[in-house]
Amino acid sequence: MALLELSNIHTYYGGIHALKGLTIKVEAGEVVTLIGSNGAGKSTTLKSICGQVKAKEGKVHFNGADITGKKPHDIAALGIAHVPEGRRIFSKLTVRENLEMGAFSVSDKRLVEEGIERAFHYFPRLKERISQKGGTMSGGEQQMLAIARGLMMKPKILMLDEPSMGLAPILVEQIFEIVKELNENGMTILLVEQNANQALSVAHRGYVIQTGQIILQDEAATLLQDPQVREAYLA
Amino acid sequence: MENMLQILPQVLVDGLTLGFMYAVVALGYTMVYGILEFINFSHGEIFMVGAFIGTEVLLIMDALGGLQGLNPFIALLMALVISMIITGMLGVGIERVAYRPLRNSPRLVPLISAIGVSFLLQDVVRFAEALHRDAFYLTGPILFPGKLDIGIAQIPTKALIVIVTAIVLMIVLSFFINKTKWGIAMRAVAQDQSTASLMTINVDKVIMLTFLIGSSLGGATGVLFAQNYGTIDPYIGFILGMKAFTAAVLGGIGNVRGAMVGGVLLGVIESLSGAYLGPLTNGAFGGEYKDVIAFSILILVLLFKPEGLFGEAVKEKV
Ligand SMILES: Nc1ncnc2c1ncn2[C@@H]1O[C@H](COP(=O)(O)OP(=O)(O)OP(=O)(O)O)[C@@H](O)[C@H]1O
Ligand SMILES: [Mg+2]
Repeated sequence: MALLELSNIHTYYGGIHALKGLTIKVEAGEVVTLIGSNGAGKSTTLKSICGQVKAKEGKVHFNGADITGKKPHDIAALGIAHVPEGRRIFSKLTVRENLEMGAFSVSDKRLVEEGIERAFHYFPRLKERISQKGGTMSGGEQQMLAIARGLMMKPKILMLDEPSMGLAPILVEQIFEIVKELNENGMTILLVEQNANQALSVAHRGYVIQTGQIILQDEAATLLQDPQVREAYLA
Repeated sequence: MENMLQILPQVLVDGLTLGFMYAVVALGYTMVYGILEFINFSHGEIFMVGAFIGTEVLLIMDALGGLQGLNPFIALLMALVISMIITGMLGVGIERVAYRPLRNSPRLVPLISAIGVSFLLQDVVRFAEALHRDAFYLTGPILFPGKLDIGIAQIPTKALIVIVTAIVLMIVLSFFINKTKWGIAMRAVAQDQSTASLMTINVDKVIMLTFLIGSSLGGATGVLFAQNYGTIDPYIGFILGMKAFTAAVLGGIGNVRGAMVGGVLLGVIESLSGAYLGPLTNGAFGGEYKDVIAFSILILVLLFKPEGLFGEAVKEKV
């Protein structure tokens, strides 16, 4: 069984049928990307995994256990880090406090400090900003903090929702480099992106989602060459 | 004029005593509002229950002969701790039963529920006291009857006890909120519940903790109030609650430091107007207009700074 498996997930917002029978899986050690245009259902997929919205039908399995319908904090505690769309850092908390909150489930203080050191390794910029309020940082720094905060719990899987959104090209490049490095160090990653080109370049496999359904899935390299993908998402 | 200056130290001490009580009760309003954007109208009654529990503890100890020879500080500490534990649990219970089931209802619904809880608590205390003491007001033993002479004025020891205890409570709370893991989690939940839950933070637990702390602070203030004024009745929570809530708004609702400053400020303004309004207006307006002054200042502040003294201007979330 794969590390993460969604089978036939249906999710609704009131009358809106946002996910229509979604089936995807992520194996341990993989980078899998989910690409699609605005409103396709990418964020809803991640929210259905982490419990922020409840799937009406279908199952989510993680690490062999059925996690469908569990509470978000219990799901997170199983080792699923979700770096949400728009970063959602705690703007009135300092960088350090944000990181500490990422490690809320870690009770050993020493491990928390180690986690902070690890975050500095990936994101040296955060070190200079450690006592600054999260909300006073630039968009790029906030994205770095959001990812670093997600890593603090030492997750089994890291889910990133459009980490490149609104960033300058140079920063986008950096973020994808870090995704790659994290994966090389063993992290399993589910990457939601509209930036299909970059996402497919770092991913092993990819899914294309359209109006709540997977319309294509393949090796990332193959999807990069796919005429349909090229026309719709790489233009 | 000379006479007015002479009473100034006394007036200030009265104002500070009142103000620090407002401040600690205001913390309960502001902490809950910070997380739930809900005005917990029954908080004033929690304060009142705390006053009764503390006073009953002292009366019972006295009846058993336990107060004689007992260090008054220890007696006060016992009354405070017992009252804080019970009011803290009461607050948690009220949240669980009367507010949590209504969390996703329209705003007005939990507010009505809170008003209902207020009446319930007043009547339960009134009934219990009537049954048990044959009267619904209660006068407890005063632990610190003396006065402290500081040259320009004589400060009642009990006022000093109120102020010092309130300051200690506020320091402990500040430390908790700013430095501990659960305190930081409380601030995180106040900002963004759904994101906090992604960090494995159990939001319901944090809300319970908020009610536990806020209510026990309210209960402790009740004990201080009873010590300072001697006689209490089941309706003391209404006015004091209103004033403390006003203080929280004045300081910026949701803001902890704002509640502290707002409370002290309101108490001092109230005391100053109570003492000087009559003399300054040649008796046209007596001290009984003190609340009008206090609330006029509140309205003035809110006209120019609607978010309160320490509040942040509300920004649209992106
Ligand atoms: N809270 C909500 N209430 C109602 N409808 C919603 C809600 N959130 C999302 N939707 C709808 O569900 C559908 C999928 O939205 P979702 O946010 O998952 O898209 P997305 O692929 O993440 O888009 P984007 O790239 O713009 O972030 C859209 O039609 C959207 O309008
Ligand atoms: Mg999205």
